[in-house]
Amino acid sequence: MEPCDSPESTPRQNASSNLKDYFLASTPWQKRLESVRKQTSFVQTTPRRKVPECSQLQETIDPHKLAFLLHKQWTLYSLTPLYKFSYTNLKEYSRLLSAFVAAEKQKGLAVEVGEDFNIKVIFSTLLGIKGTPRDSEAFLVQILSKSQLPSKNREDKVLWTGWFCCIFGDSFLETVSEDFTCLPLFLANGSESNTAIIGTWFQKTFDCYFSRLAINAFNLSWMAAMWTACKMDHYMATTEFLWSVPCSPQSLDISYAVHPEDAKALWDSVHKTPGEVTQEEVDLFMDCLCSHFHRHFKIHLSATRLVRVSTSVASAHTDGKIKILCHKYLIGVLAYLTELAVFQIE
Amino acid sequence: MKQSPGRGNCVAEEVARIPQSLVLPQKRAEYTTLQVSNSCQTSFTDWKVKEIPRNSRFIMKTSNPVDDANDQPEDALQRAMGYFEKGPKKSSRSKDENLETHLKAVENVAWKNGLPPEAIDVLLNIALSGTFGNAVNTRLLKCMIPATLIAEDSVVKAVSWLCVGKCSGSIKVLFYRWLVTMLDFIDHKEQINLLYGFFFASLQDDVLCPYVCHLLYLLTKKDNVKPFRVRKLLDLQAKMGMQPHLQALLSLYKFFTPTLISVSLPVRKKIYFKTSENPWTSALIAVRQRNQRPSVGPLKLTLGPDNGPNVKRKWNSHSLIPVLNSGTYAREYGKREMSLSDYLNRNRSLPVEQLQSFPQLLQNIHCLELPAQMGSVLNHPLLLHYINCVRDESILLRLYHWLSQTLQEECLWYKKNNYEQGEEFMNLLDTVIRAQCFLQEGFYSCEAFLYKSFPLWDGICCRSQFLQLMSWIPFSSFSEIKPLLFDHLAPLFFTSTVYFKCSVLQSLKELLQNWLLWLSMDVPQSPMTCNPLDTTLGASIISVSKLIEYVGWLSTIALRLENNSAFLLHFILDFYEKVCDIYINYNLPLVMLLPPGIFYSALLSLDTSILNQLCYIMHRYRDNMTAAKKKDMLEKTKSEFNFSSKTCEEFNNYLTVMIGCLWTSKPFKKEMYIEPHILGKAKVTEYKSNLNLVLHPSLLNYAASFLLQENPEEKAVNVDTIRGQKWNKYLDYLFSEGLQGLKLFIQSSVQRFYAPQ
Repeated sequence: MEPCDSPESTPRQNASSNLKDYFLASTPWQKRLESVRKQTSFVQTTPRRKVPECSQLQETIDPHKLAFLLHKQWTLYSLTPLYKFSYTNLKEYSRLLSAFVAAEKQKGLAVEVGEDFNIKVIFSTLLGIKGTPRDSEAFLVQILSKSQLPSKNREDKVLWTGWFCCIFGDSFLETVSEDFTCLPLFLANGSESNTAIIGTWFQKTFDCYFSRLAINAFNLSWMAAMWTACKMDHYMATTEFLWSVPCSPQSLDISYAVHPEDAKALWDSVHKTPGEVTQEEVDLFMDCLCSHFHRHFKIHLSATRLVRVSTSVASAHTDGKIKILCHKYLIGVLAYLTELAVFQIE
Repeated sequence: MKQSPGRGNCVAEEVARIPQSLVLPQKRAEYTTLQVSNSCQTSFTDWKVKEIPRNSRFIMKTSNPVDDANDQPEDALQRAMGYFEKGPKKSSRSKDENLETHLKAVENVAWKNGLPPEAIDVLLNIALSGTFGNAVNTRLLKCMIPATLIAEDSVVKAVSWLCVGKCSGSIKVLFYRWLVTMLDFIDHKEQINLLYGFFFASLQDDVLCPYVCHLLYLLTKKDNVKPFRVRKLLDLQAKMGMQPHLQALLSLYKFFTPTLISVSLPVRKKIYFKTSENPWTSALIAVRQRNQRPSVGPLKLTLGPDNGPNVKRKWNSHSLIPVLNSGTYAREYGKREMSLSDYLNRNRSLPVEQLQSFPQLLQNIHCLELPAQMGSVLNHPLLLHYINCVRDESILLRLYHWLSQTLQEECLWYKKNNYEQGEEFMNLLDTVIRAQCFLQEGFYSCEAFLYKSFPLWDGICCRSQFLQLMSWIPFSSFSEIKPLLFDHLAPLFFTSTVYFKCSVLQSLKELLQNWLLWLSMDVPQSPMTCNPLDTTLGASIISVSKLIEYVGWLSTIALRLENNSAFLLHFILDFYEKVCDIYINYNLPLVMLLPPGIFYSALLSLDTSILNQLCYIMHRYRDNMTAAKKKDMLEKTKSEFNFSSKTCEEFNNYLTVMIGCLWTSKPFKKEMYIEPHILGKAKVTEYKSNLNLVLHPSLLNYAASFLLQENPEEKAVNVDTIRGQKWNKYLDYLFSEGLQGLKLFIQSSVQRFYAPQ
């Protein structure tokens, strides 16, 4: 029975305030509120997450593009669903956004769409960057500056890059209608002013909203544990933690580097359920690191704030900046970031 | 020093017409916009009408010097102006000292509040006429900071001094730089545009060239571009090489008339003119801030990392709430040429910008082009009407997402030390609340926002907005909301002042009222037979009753904490005025009595109005219960609710006590026993007959006045004499004193054997 359309329904039936809707929890609002309530309620369900694995879909990613996403520092944003976004119009969007960027750059002078600028904006899809087939296709936006050299094999210089993705965003997908495209995670690399221009255009055109996505210490610990748990063929970087001591006039940073194999050994010793990471394990892992530090330096790291975690898989800063190093676990890293972004916009 | 009397008005009008989006520093941009719209207004948006009276006071003072300690700097300015106007006296020693003090006076006012147009007129004249030396002229020019605007005449006069050759090169440079900075403050620009040829000729001067170029860059219109000027510019370029300022002007010329300039210019744009390093910009901003205008300010698209992740400022917009723009702009903007069918289609739909009136909305409701950003409806009552009746879920979802994120992003206590935006946030909340009141319905975004932010709320910041938001929480299960909201509210409630308590109770009353309205609109249409709604109704009634119970609990404790404050009691009884009428007013099967802690406090209150209010509430309870009972008897079916016999019993008990205390002088027959020695201490031995309409502490006053009215000469009144016929008269006296609640209560609950005459 579809409660919204029952004939005896009241004339004043408003999608947002209907008694029956409320009790049958049928509207997206209700589902949304449920999740807000769950978030804020006291009883925190102890979460379990999968240890990142190599994704099947990832095989289809263009290796050139994949390399492009790695080893760059990305600033993270959460993004509400895009209204009436269409993958078939990417060319048109490129044209419009080029004109918009040009107009913003040379404030005041009139700009005609389609005119030849020295700046070009390009949209392209990132095939394969998804968790499940239901996830929206990821796409990339780049601002290129056309090189002035007349030579034929000139290469345009990339001024700014941003990409939108959604990895395992099913739960969120359910709450919106088909007019919307869910790409809750946005990553940007380049000047902030360009991010602002592009963001403004998206907000105006697709009625969406960008917010910076900060990563709190709790989530950083989770990242540390999950990324340490990843199996690596060879380690590229040491595992490093940065703790910040808030004191004036300048805050004091404590860097704590561990050999990646030692970190993995520690993880293996606290890890019980194969393939899964639990809250207790994360806590235990961090506690062990802290107590080791305390034994040597008599400093309680638990009294300070974790601000950065770097491993061979990726490194993340509490400001909401991330660098992904290992292509194998790209999807795994993005899945957790998507989860955080969805949490922020729900 | 004179001011044309009409200027104040003229400024006011212009300010009203100029859109807020014109911002000062990006000069080229604003100036072109103005040219396009074919008007010569200046963009002194930030200097608003309020500034004007100040200047007129300033003018008044010249003729009518009033000593006012607060305005000393301005008085000093007056004297300085007089000094400069008359010109320096020849006595050398005192001249220097005078000059210095007067210069200081001018500088003081200028850097602090800016100078009025008349002062700028005079001083500019002085600075360029060469009356004083270079140093003085420089200082004068540096403090030419307008408080409102600059008269075009002053500038034209100043330019005319440049031709006389009285001022040095460095002063000329400084003047041009000043002119470039202040161009947007000049009230008209027709005359200045006529001087284009003069300015262009000044390009000859190598020192002045860069600054004149900048000025010309701002002034140039299409018809200023002439072949001979192009030639001249190209000559200069050949002579001086590729100078950025010349390039700027050339590229602008080329933009206007591409055919005249065949020379290829570097396409890559760069900054031609540095605007940062001039002595006035910072002062302008400071003056503007001090003059307390909402700073539209030099808005930059920055998201500096030092701002911290949570303080992303809004991108490229002047207010939190987006501007109304119809949605299709992007799509149409993309099409180079519109086909005929497109054109016809467009004619059929109405862009939201054109929506002006309600009839227009009704006529076009089927073909309205919705705004590109749904958040903009908040400021638009007509569109609020529209979204209220439209059943398109995506509209509501768009609004939901935008509002949730905006509230979260702007919320003050999520950010560290960012209280400048306090007012902005408060305004946003006010707008949202207005929209909710307009729609008579709460937004889900606000509910979610409350749940997230209530645990962090300090109970002070944006208090009234927060409590209002609370009263618009859409109807839902109380036991679900309680841990999220009310459990956080209780500690704040108990630890705050009585005023906070009262406002919370007020909001809870409004919440109850909103819930009851929602329920009562849904219930009558659904038959009470065995359909799933039966349980639904039951559940919603339970939810409402839990809310009432919760408020009863809060109130009882609060009364004790506040020593039975009559003020607080008023707010509590206000709440129960809603509660007692639920059955009759909202047609909902619910009767809940007020808790004893409140009942007895109200009954024995020293405040007559409290007693009166209680009487009214008891009277309404009685009516509601009788009505419910009657319906029960009529339908003879198993009714949808049995307000339990316990409620009935409790009510009867309350009623007995009240009658005892007010009428029969037999209070507390059963349930109270007071130790005799306590009564002895209180010197009340016969308490059982010491409480009635005459002797009730809050009514004793009335009894005395009543007796005095009867016998004005009486020295000592004996209230015991009020009985029998006099009792009746006394009653009428009480009723005539405005105790309506008491009247209703006595008329309904007491059988009077004699008709009041």
